Amino acid sequence: MSTTERKYPAPMVNPEIKPFFDATAQGTLMLKKCVACGQTHHYPRAICPFCASERTEWVTASGRGTIYSYSVMRRVPVPYAIGYVTLEEGVTMMTNIVDCDLDAIRIGQRVKVVFKPTEGGPPVPMFTPA
Amino acid sequence: MTIKGKAYVAGVFEHPTRKADDKSLAQLHAEVAKGALADAGLAKDDVDGYFCAGDAPGLGPLSMADYMGLKLRHMDTTETGGSSYVIHVAHAAEAIALGKCNVALITLAGRPRAEGMATGTVPRAPVAAAPDAPFEYPFGPTVANQYAMAAMRHMYQYGTTSAQLAWIKVAASQHAQHNPHALLREVVTVEEVINSPMISDPLHRLDCCVITDGGGAIVVAKPEIAKSLKRPLVKVLGAGEAPKHQMGGKIDLTYSGAVWSGPTAFAEAGVTHADIKYVSIYDSFTITVLITLEDLGFCPKGQGGKLVADGNLISGVGKLPFNTDGGGLCNNHPANRGGLTKVVEAVRQLRGEAHPKVQVRNCDVALAHGTGGSLGTRHGSATLILDRE
Repeated sequence: MSTTERKYPAPMVNPEIKPFFDATAQGTLMLKKCVACGQTHHYPRAICPFCASERTEWVTASGRGTIYSYSVMRRVPVPYAIGYVTLEEGVTMMTNIVDCDLDAIRIGQRVKVVFKPTEGGPPVPMFTPA
Repeated sequence: MTIKGKAYVAGVFEHPTRKADDKSLAQLHAEVAKGALADAGLAKDDVDGYFCAGDAPGLGPLSMADYMGLKLRHMDTTETGGSSYVIHVAHAAEAIALGKCNVALITLAGRPRAEGMATGTVPRAPVAAAPDAPFEYPFGPTVANQYAMAAMRHMYQYGTTSAQLAWIKVAASQHAQHNPHALLREVVTVEEVINSPMISDPLHRLDCCVITDGGGAIVVAKPEIAKSLKRPLVKVLGAGEAPKHQMGGKIDLTYSGAVWSGPTAFAEAGVTHADIKYVSIYDSFTITVLITLEDLGFCPKGQGGKLVADGNLISGVGKLPFNTDGGGLCNNHPANRGGLTKVVEAVRQLRGEAHPKVQVRNCDVALAHGTGGSLGTRHGSATLILDRE
């Protein structure tokens, strides 16, 4: 079943997270990493949620990961798969699993990032079987 | 410093309506307030503390104090979604213990059904400037598919089955058949739950709670006042509260904040699981109950499926009677917030005022637990332990 008919609402971009969506427009997935404690987090913040340091920097993610969990929403005109993907960098992010048979999605499945356009905003990172 | 024994639940009320086309939101709040005060045997002018959450209209306590004509010296608007009101009971006990108020009124009301709200299946517009929204809202998170992801992971990790989840709904329906106000009074089977339409894998329609209008209220009073009234004495023994969130991306959907709120409440109450005769567990979905019971320690982690199966949650049948009013799954989920009615049914049980068909014998200690927000993203967990004096 295709998910291409579904339209994606635009993320509301603010100054703190603008670099993330500038990067998605270039086809790159960025994460925030803390220089002080060395840990990567998501969603991105100016101040590290682990050690409260302001010394956080943007790093490029590999865009590869595995499905941590998912659910196919059935009671809507166009069914879609929401999911959490655990990236190789260790963080788990909410996303959609797209461009695949929704009934064949499995936890643990290897996936890679793709960028999908939103309605009037920057593209957002989604994942498809690797 | 503890709240143990410092305050009593003097009055409770659950609005009988399930669809309030002809009432305003403020009116519903005032009606449930009146009901709980009448249940306690107190008057409006006895109230000097007021608690409400995000469902209250306008500027919360300011608008409602104005509407109801309250003269207050204490206000609390702790907002943790549907668990707010369980926390409010604990905060009311704290305020009473400190002498900040003598009689605390907690109200909840809403009319999502009259307003035609698609509570579970349509993404809710993000709260302004919510920091998570740009990284979630584009992906279509709904209440149903967020909880569904928690269920999916629990099944993957622990082998939990749809049939085991279905037993939670079956138990709720067994209780709801005796509640004349329940929205769904029909007894259902495991097969009927599993064969109901899939909403969001693996949650079926009958794994989801009802959408109802109405509300409820609770009156918490200081010991001297509670003991002067003619109602059975229900005492606050202990409470715990905690948020659980995504932990910067170290996401684990298999447990809830009950792993923190539960032990805090048990320690303050000074009781063990064997002492608990009845539990009210927030049941937005069947999975919510299963994960909560594990996290509260009623079984080892991952064994919730076995705990809830085979009628073990049915009063008079199983070892752990729960939600004897039919809960959110069958009876009532006013304003899409089920925490207040969890306290109400626990109080009914402790007073011996539950329906005779579901009343737990010698019900002297009970637990009420709320989960507000989403198991799939962030939520507030609240545990309250009460006893009958």
